[in-house]
Amino acid sequence: MAYNKRIDGRKFDETRPIEARVGVIKNSDGSAYFKMGKTTAYAAVYGPRGIHPKFLQNPRNGKLRCFYNMMPFSSMGERVRPGANRRAKEIAMVTEKALLPVIDLTEFPNSVVDVFIELPQTDAGTRCAGICAASMALADAGIPMKDMVASVSVGRVDDKLVVDLDYSEESYENGTVADIPTAIISRTGEISLLQMDGKLSRDDLKKAIEMAKKACSKIDKIQRDALKKKYEVKNE
Amino acid sequence: MNREQKDYILNFLEQGIRFDGRKLDEYRPIKIETGFSENAEGSAKVSIGDTIVLAGVKLSVGEPYPDTPNEGTMMINAELLPLSNPDFEPGPPGIQAIELARVVDRGIRESGSIDTKKLCIKKREKVWSITVDICPINDEGNLFDASTLAAVVALKNTKFPSYDGDVIDYKKKTKDSLPLKKLPVSCTVIKIDNYFIVDPTPEEEKKVDSRLTVEVEEDGTLCALQKGGDKPLTAEDIDKMVKIGIKKSKELRKLL
Repeated sequence: MAYNKRIDGRKFDETRPIEARVGVIKNSDGSAYFKMGKTTAYAAVYGPRGIHPKFLQNPRNGKLRCFYNMMPFSSMGERVRPGANRRAKEIAMVTEKALLPVIDLTEFPNSVVDVFIELPQTDAGTRCAGICAASMALADAGIPMKDMVASVSVGRVDDKLVVDLDYSEESYENGTVADIPTAIISRTGEISLLQMDGKLSRDDLKKAIEMAKKACSKIDKIQRDALKKKYEVKNE
Repeated sequence: MNREQKDYILNFLEQGIRFDGRKLDEYRPIKIETGFSENAEGSAKVSIGDTIVLAGVKLSVGEPYPDTPNEGTMMINAELLPLSNPDFEPGPPGIQAIELARVVDRGIRESGSIDTKKLCIKKREKVWSITVDICPINDEGNLFDASTLAAVVALKNTKFPSYDGDVIDYKKKTKDSLPLKKLPVSCTVIKIDNYFIVDPTPEEEKKVDSRLTVEVEEDGTLCALQKGGDKPLTAEDIDKMVKIGIKKSKELRKLL
C-alpha cells in the first residue's frame, strides 16, 4: 500500500506550523522559543563565562557546551524519568557539532558558552527544534556567528519522501520508515547534522537532502524574522 | 551581596516601599495559563512578574503503598533547570530543588487536596498514581509560591486518560477530572531587618534574614509551614508573618 496522503493532511514537502520567538528567558544572555507542530523547545544561552574545573579551559579558544533535556511530562504516554540518559547525551553532542561551525569563540579563551535546551512537549523532531531554538538563542546572546543554522528532519514513509516527520509518521506501521535529522548552515548550504535510522537508497538520500535544504531555507527566514522582531521599532 | 546593595534595599524599606516600587505586601502581576501541553494529563504555566514556572501532571497505574492499600499515590518533583538561572547547574536535584518539591508536596498532601481513596482501582493491587513535575523556565524569585500555584492549577487542569482495566490509552483523554477537595495556596513571607515582605525578587532573596512559607486552606487553616533563612524568628515574628500569609492567600486564591 502506498503512502498517498500524510496522516495529518500536509503536503509531502510541508513542515508543521512553526512559531518562533527570542528573548523569552530574561535571566539568560540570549534565549529562544521554537515550536514545530506539537513539539516545543526553549533554549537559553549563558556566557561566555568562566569554566570549571580548570582543566576544561582552553587558552586558544572558548568552548561551546550544549545540554538537551526532555521535561518529565513532555511525552505522550509514560512520564520521562528526569536526568541525562544516553540518548540525551548523544543528542547534546550532535547539537554541539551542528552549531559549532557557525560560531566563533576565539575571542573568549578559557571561557564557556552554555546552551540549555528544554522540551516541554514532544512529538518527534525534538533535536531539530532544539537546534533551531539554540541557533536563535546564540544570535540573541550576541555570540559572534558567521551564519545561522536551521534544522529539520526529513525521511521516507513507505514509498514517499517527506519533510518534518511527526511521531505518527516516525512510528508508521504499514511500511518502512527512514528518519533523517539534518541541520543546514543557511548561506553555504553545508550540512552540520546528519543522522539516519531506517532503510534508505543512495538516490533517496540525495533527494531527501535537497528537500531538507528547501525546508531549512524557509525555517531560516522564520528564525531571522523572529530575531528582527525583538528590535522592531513600534510606531504608536 | 555587597554593603551598598543592602543599604539600597533597606533605605527603601524604611520609607515603606520596595526598591522596585511595590508595597511591602504587594505581589508582582500574576498570570496563569492552563493546558500548554497536550501530552501531559494536566499542565499549567504560571508567571509572577518575570518568574515563569511550568508544571505538568502525568498519570499512571501502579501498586499502592502497603500501609495505604486502598489509596492512590502522589509524587511531586522539582527540577531547578540550569536554563532558568545562571546559578543552577545540570545534574540531579540538589537540596534547593528537594526542599522546593517537598514544601509544595506538603501543602497539597496535608490539605487533603486529593481524595486518594477515589484513586483506588483494586485494593492492594492497582491504584492511580499522580506525578507532578515542576520546571522553572525563568527564576526571578519566589519559586515557592509560583510552584505551588502551578502545581495546584495543573492538578485542576488534569483529565484522566482512557483506561480499560488493563492498559492506559494516553491518546484518549476522558472528561473526568481528579477527585480534588481543598486546595492550598502558598504565601512566602520574608524578613529583612525588621521588615516583612512578600513575593521577593532575587535581590531581596539574597538579603533574607529569615523566610516563612505559609500554606493556607480556604478557611484560613494552615496546612504546611517551612522556615528558611539563617536567622531565628521570635514567636511574635511568626504570628505577624502567618497573619500576612493568610491575608495574601485570600487574594491569591481568587486566581484559582
